Formats: sequence, structure tokens, C-alpha cells
Amino acid sequence: MADTSSSNAYWKANIRMIQISLVIWFVVSFGFGILLRPMLSGIKFGGTDLSFWFAQQGSILVFLVLIFVYAWRMNKLDREYGVEE
Amino acid sequence: MDQFTLNLLVVGATFVLYIGIAIWARAGSTSEFYAAGRGVHPVVNGMATGADWMSAASFISMAGIIAFGGYDTSAYLMGWTGGYVLLAMLLAPYLRKFGKYTVPEFIGDRFYSQTARTVAVICLIVASITYVIGQMTGVGVAFSRFLEVDNTTGLFIGAAIVFLYAVLGGMKGITYTQVAQYIVLIIAYTIPAIFIALQLTGNPIPALGLFSTDTSTSQPLLSTLNSLVTDLGFQSYTGQHDTTLNLFLFTMTLMIGTAGLPHVIVRFFTVPKVADARSSAGWALVFIALLYLTAPAVGAMARLNLINTFYPEGVSQPAIELSAIDNDANLAWVRNWAKTGLLTFDDKNGDGRIEYNAYKDPTDGKPANELTVNRDIITLANPEIANLPGWVIALVAAGGLAAALSTAAGLLMAISSAVSHDLIKSQINPGISEKGELLAARISMAVAVVVATYLGLNPPGFAAQTVALAFGLAASSIFPALMMGIFSKRINNSGAVAGMLVGLVTTVVYIFLHKGWFFIPGTNSFTDADPMILSIKSTSFGAVGAVLNFITAFVVSNATKDTPEDIKELVESIRIPRGAGAATDH
Repeated sequence: MADTSSSNAYWKANIRMIQISLVIWFVVSFGFGILLRPMLSGIKFGGTDLSFWFAQQGSILVFLVLIFVYAWRMNKLDREYGVEE
Repeated sequence: MDQFTLNLLVVGATFVLYIGIAIWARAGSTSEFYAAGRGVHPVVNGMATGADWMSAASFISMAGIIAFGGYDTSAYLMGWTGGYVLLAMLLAPYLRKFGKYTVPEFIGDRFYSQTARTVAVICLIVASITYVIGQMTGVGVAFSRFLEVDNTTGLFIGAAIVFLYAVLGGMKGITYTQVAQYIVLIIAYTIPAIFIALQLTGNPIPALGLFSTDTSTSQPLLSTLNSLVTDLGFQSYTGQHDTTLNLFLFTMTLMIGTAGLPHVIVRFFTVPKVADARSSAGWALVFIALLYLTAPAVGAMARLNLINTFYPEGVSQPAIELSAIDNDANLAWVRNWAKTGLLTFDDKNGDGRIEYNAYKDPTDGKPANELTVNRDIITLANPEIANLPGWVIALVAAGGLAAALSTAAGLLMAISSAVSHDLIKSQINPGISEKGELLAARISMAVAVVVATYLGLNPPGFAAQTVALAFGLAASSIFPALMMGIFSKRINNSGAVAGMLVGLVTTVVYIFLHKGWFFIPGTNSFTDADPMILSIKSTSFGAVGAVLNFITAFVVSNATKDTPEDIKELVESIRIPRGAGAATDH
């Protein structure tokens, strides 16, 4: 087991990564898909507007990228702090 | 060969496949049988999780709800996928590191309290049974159609098969059976969608077809659909008609509910390493997304085909003649679905035509619509509406059953292990024999099936809506407890118990006030059309319940004794992957 100060730093780095990811998660779904729709309605896309696409498909694609990037960055972080299995 | 025989053959063949794989895997090695997912590649595990996760709600019900709800139903698409982001980052890796087997076990250990564990068991049972009711609705629809019986008989047959399937046991433990179920399910969902996308847009990828040009009108498909539905007096397809508040809360409820449902979480308990828990969530979402990216296309195209069927000359011309519905071979699906009672038509104005619209009759002011279509039949009827070959129709029936059975079995396993392992073995009667534990598990499974079937006779909504209620219950009770257990050292036993109870009780009461007490019709005080608080429908309340849970837990924990040192150390240790060791089974 790594010492406490190093594991604290590891946890902080992890929290930071989660925060960034969840901001993106929120913006593409709740933001682009729902809350910002009135503002984005001018951007036309396939017979409707871009918000509709984000609500029905775009956000799902971003979720996928988020999880894999997080998994990849965390594997790197695990090794950096020597806490990998 | 007639459609009925073909359905029986294809559905029968898939069942033989699942059982065959079960027997083959069983003969291979006994340890493999118990260790679902261990030593299995994350991609394969992701596929199995996809089958576990995608139920009658996703397969049978969701596209139909989208077809009639348009943009407002995007919450299902974002909610049931976005939850995997939360799972991968907030729960899965840490619960894997903790290394026990059930969700109540984690809650009991982290909050050093048998009471917390018992409350978690109650939350789990309430959410899972509600979820099973939704599956029963879907199974009932599928069986009533392909056995050509009425909906109630279909429900009873479905319930019997779900029970047998789950009690035979072990089936769920075999990852490869679920892989087969996923493959059947995804092929069954995608093939008709490809056919229909080609017919309408010339684009073989349904997800892209949704945003391309309708070849018959040379307009974008969604513009064509919008003008058709508004010409018939319905609300526009791509517009927002629900309130932003409800849409927001509903999406949030489904997302955090996804991350709080025990039958999904346990899949991550048994992956080989902590790192695999993260990537498994990603792979699960890849396989789920294959269906979820197609679903909005299936919904929109089914609505378009439905309107074109009833207005073959266009919506400005008279609707289809009643005699055509009675005689036309291409419209056999209307007659067949009418037998199940899930589709009804009635020539109220006696003009010999069946009109489908949202107008009022000018003479008496009553709705002029003469066609009602249950949302849950859309996915199953879709290939028939588009006149696709018989084997495609049979395949869809098999896919729907694979989705419903795999999830229902998973949920029943979660319920029975909670009762036998977390309640009886650990608290009521620790000295119980292995045989006794198994018997208790089977009895609790049987009770769950009976309760769910009984309540499924008068379901609180379409399959996906009932399942959405289950997500609200999981969102308000289990998710906050798990998250606080990992991300806060300060939340103590009293805080967690109070939080879970407040979250669960407020959500249950809010749902019952709108859907009737124990879903008994007529006992509700409010309706979702005119909800109790602002515009918050009963399906959207889970997110509010979760906030109440967080606040209660925080306030109570700060007013009571701090968590002991050994619990703080436990939290420290689950935050770090190293030293996870092999996954343990109970």
C-alpha cells in the first residue's frame, strides 16, 4: 500500500478527472439536449435541430468516449502512483 | 408455413440454443458455473451485461414510447445510457475493490450496521419487484401476440416461463448464455430496422437514416413526419411539449437509477481487476448503444409507416376503408393485434373508414380518433407494419423474449439472494443449512413472481414507464447510499439509514399518490397529467427523492457520532485499486 500523502494525491487526481468528465456528461445531455435547446434551435440538422440529435444520439456517443478516456487515464494514473494491481 | 408455426419454430430454436449453451458450459467446468464474468474478457462481459441490462423496457417498449412521444421521450435514451458514466466513475471500481458479493453487504459493512443492510434489502426488493412488473407487461404482450391469445392469458404464460427459467437457476451465472441472448436480441432488433430504413430513406444504417431524406417526399424524414402528425392534429414530433423541469428530472432519475440498480452493479463485483470494472462499463455501453442509437430511428419510422398505412393516399385524402382492414393480406397484422386487445379500431362515425387523428368530432365534440394502439406493440408489430418477411417477424418475437427473460431472471436472482443471503443467513437464522438457504431463495423468487404477475394485471403504465418507476426507487434509495459510502468518510450509520428511508418513502408515496396505492387503479389522488408538485410526474420524482436522501444523510450524520477509525480506513482502501485480490463469492 502506498503511503497516505501519495494516496491522497492519487485520490485528488481521480476526483479532478471525475469532475471534468461529469461536466462534459452534464453539458452534452442536460445542456445541449434539454436546457440549451431554445438557444441552439437555430442550428439545423437532418430535418430538425442539433439539440434533437444530441438528445437522441449525440449524448450517447459522448458518454462512450468519456468512459473509455476515463478508464485509459485512470490506468495511467494507477501506474504513476504505483497503486495498480 | 403460417406465421404462427414460424414464430414457434424460431422462438423454440433460440431456447434450445440457450439451454444447449448452459449444458455445454456446465459440463466444461463447475467453477466456471459460479464465477460469472471472472476470467472472461471485458468485451464478452460487456456483452453479457448488455443482455442483463436491456429488458422488455428497452426492446419491446421504448421505441413505441418514442414513436408516440417524439422529442419528449429522449429522457429514456439519455437516461438509460448516461447512467453508465456514473457507474464507471462513481461506483463500479470501488465496489469491485471492496470485493463482496451483494449491494446490501457493502452498505451493511460500510455503515457498520445490520439495520442499514436490512433497509438496503428492502430498497432492493421494492425497486426490483417494480422492475419485474414492467417485464411481465412486456412478456405478456409478446406471448399474447405470438401465441395469438388475449393479453391476460399471455401474461400468465409469460409469468410461468419466467419463473421456470429463473428457478432452473445457474442459467444467469453463465456468461455465454447471456452472450447468446445479446446476439439474438441485437440481430432481432437491427434487421427489421435496416429493412425499414432502406425502404424509407435508402440508407442501410437506421441511426443515420433517421436524419436523412425520405425518398418518397424528397424531404428530410423528420420534416415529413412532423408535417404528417401535425396535419392529423397531433403535437409535433421534434418539438418539446413537456416542461423543461420534468424532462430534466426524468432524465436525471433514469441516469442515477441506472447506477443504483443492484442486478447491474453486481456484474462489476466479479470482474478480474479494478481496471476491468471501469472498461467493462464502457464495453457494456458499446453493446447497449448499438440498440439505443437504433431505437429513435425505429420509433420515428414506425410512426411514419403507421400513418401511411391508415392514409394510403396521403393524410389529406380519406383514411383506409374498413373492408380493406378486414380483407387485405398486408393488413393481417391489424386483425391479429386486435385479437390481443392491444390494438382497437371502431368506425364510430359509420363512414366505413378508420380515421387516426387527434381531432374532435364537430357534431358531439368527442375525440374523432377511431384507432388506439398500445405503445408496447410497436416494436413487435413494426416488421408486420412494414410488410417484412415472416422470419423477420418471428425473429423479433424471439428477441423480445430474450430481452425480457434475461433481465427478469437477473432481477429474481437479485431478489432471492438479498432475501436468502442478506436477510435470512446473515440475520434471522445464521445456522441455516445450504439446502434451507436454497429453498428460501426459491420461495422468495416464487413470491416475487406471483406479486409481480398480480400487479402486472393492472400495470401502472407501459412496460418502459413501469420500469422507469423502478429506476426512480433505486435512484432515491440505493445510489445515494453507495456514492456517499465511497466519497464521504463522514456519513455514518444513522445518516445512511435515515437518508435511505427518507428517499425511498417519499418516492414510494409520491408514486402511489399518482399511480394508485400498490398500483390499484382508482386509489390515486393525483394524475401525471396534473401532478402534485409543479410539473413533476411520478416517473421523475426519483431525482428529488435522491436529493432528499443526500440532505438527510448529511444533516443526520453531522448531528451524530463520527464514523469509527476502522471504517475510515475501509473507505481509504476501497479508493485504491492495489490489493483487490480475487473477487469473492458468497
